[in-house]
Amino acid sequence: MSTTSGSSRRALQTGPSGWLAAPALAFFALFAIIPLFGVLFLSFTSWDGLGEIKMDGLSSWTTVLTDPVTGNALLVTAKIMFFSFIVQAPISLLLGVFTAAGQKYRAALAVLYFVPLLLSSAAVAIAFKALLDPNFGLGAGLGLPFLAQDWLGDSDLVLFVVVFVIAWQFVPFHTLIYQGGVRQIPASLYEAAQIDGAGRVQQFFNITLPQMKYTIITSSTLMVVGSLAYFDLVFVLTGGGPGYATRLLPLHMYLTGFKANDMGAASALGVMLVVIGLALALLLQRLGGKNRNASQMEGA
Amino acid sequence: MASLTQLPVPPSAPVRPAVGPRSRTKGPGRTRPNFLAGLGGWLWLAIIIVPVYYVVVTSLKNQAGFFASNPMMPPTEPTLDNYKLVLENDFAKYFANSLIVTVGSVIPALLVSFMAAYAIVRGKSKFLNWTNNLFLLGLAIPLHATIIPIYWMITRAHLYDTLLALILPSIAFAIPISVLILSNFMRDVPNELFESMRLDGCSDWSMMWHLALPMTKPAVVTVGIYNALGVWNGFLFPLILTQSPETRVLPLSLWTFQGEFSVNIPAVLAAVVLATLPLLVVYVVARRQLLSGLTAGFSK
Repeated sequence: MSTTSGSSRRALQTGPSGWLAAPALAFFALFAIIPLFGVLFLSFTSWDGLGEIKMDGLSSWTTVLTDPVTGNALLVTAKIMFFSFIVQAPISLLLGVFTAAGQKYRAALAVLYFVPLLLSSAAVAIAFKALLDPNFGLGAGLGLPFLAQDWLGDSDLVLFVVVFVIAWQFVPFHTLIYQGGVRQIPASLYEAAQIDGAGRVQQFFNITLPQMKYTIITSSTLMVVGSLAYFDLVFVLTGGGPGYATRLLPLHMYLTGFKANDMGAASALGVMLVVIGLALALLLQRLGGKNRNASQMEGA
Repeated sequence: MASLTQLPVPPSAPVRPAVGPRSRTKGPGRTRPNFLAGLGGWLWLAIIIVPVYYVVVTSLKNQAGFFASNPMMPPTEPTLDNYKLVLENDFAKYFANSLIVTVGSVIPALLVSFMAAYAIVRGKSKFLNWTNNLFLLGLAIPLHATIIPIYWMITRAHLYDTLLALILPSIAFAIPISVLILSNFMRDVPNELFESMRLDGCSDWSMMWHLALPMTKPAVVTVGIYNALGVWNGFLFPLILTQSPETRVLPLSLWTFQGEFSVNIPAVLAAVVLATLPLLVVYVVARRQLLSGLTAGFSK
């Protein structure tokens, strides 16, 4: 790394002043670090969002922890996290491998695959709301009765509809990550495998997958931890309903704070969100992080 | 992409823009056509394109046509009336607001992050090391969990329902990932270049602008695109920190159009198309840069 060796005159110098980092640090502290403590503080108060903030001990926590809606929100979050991972990971991986190969038609398909990346979550949600309408959407258009269901109104179906729309919006992003990963695998590995007579499937499992270990870890971490951030899509698509069927933790936090005007309870939910997010990130880091950091240092 | 800026990310290895098709002379699938993969590829294309097609086709129908015709068929009498209606409903103002917020967030975020990255890479003090770790920690925390204290701060500062209310936290939230990516790139700048400039008597300030900046320009562009997309498509901050039409940004306007036009689905979908059009233009003109910006810091 960049150690200062050489002239004795420079040995006295300590590099650029720390003040250069001060503006970034100040912004980050003001709008991220202080609010992080703020959310913890507010979870011990009662506040309606407009009036005075009053200290209220543990009452917000008691409310939140005894409320069955909280448990339900955690369950819905876990389900969406699980199913959206199970759906997205294999599709993104295969599409990444698919688009990384040289064929012209695949490159052309890839151009279209990435179009969903341009849409905001609000736009995606509104488009699917219209498309999934049983009377004026896809089902009616294709004349297929099984597609003409009340997708967003059926509390048994809606979770899977949300998972599908999440996949539609985010698979392209992960495809892009995997495509980049595949392109970094040395072609010589495949050449050697072909000489050895390894088939396509063998090459995939013996070269592509092991070589993409870190790409897989990165993408999986983003999928899992990122599912704590599915707010806008679900908010516009279902509003958390029907009933509480798609009320994810972040959505539950928003609705508790800004619709039910219970900022204390919402803050307690916010603290839960932070703790879960940190725990997941650390866990996933543990699972494959050690070597990764080492190789990163070497690469730097 | 809206929520992706807020995604916590594990520190990743130095990244170069994953652009440029590195054509593999002999890769998997080159020996004989892979029909199964091709089939899957076309199937996924259908999944991606059908909703896009539906949105565009429906936005060109008049209301009577929408209720009467087959939803998946193009309109018999295409009309641009829906687009006119959206444009007459202050679309230009929402567009301008989005532009102000995006530019107003991304430029300052890039500036302070670049300075911080320079200090972190070139400096050696404990303080800088500590600052870097703080930013890395920021990547692992779902920062949107802090919306309630941010709402409190913005209302207390009398910034509620102003564009500045959106700009300030957006800058802060863009800093951790920007510093991470920029500093990864800056480590690749050969130390000898800094040494020789130092010997010529250059200050850190001028080395930063005349050496580090030109050498990391692609990374700066990449990070800028990544942040711009996140802010442009952002929904949560506008939802909680603004209220009036005067400060409405595009993603929020889609949501409010949906409320105002309610049954006029073609008009709502025309708004979706119009809101996506600017990014589509960027995609057509500068696809590679846009895509590499999207995965900034995530690809291996």
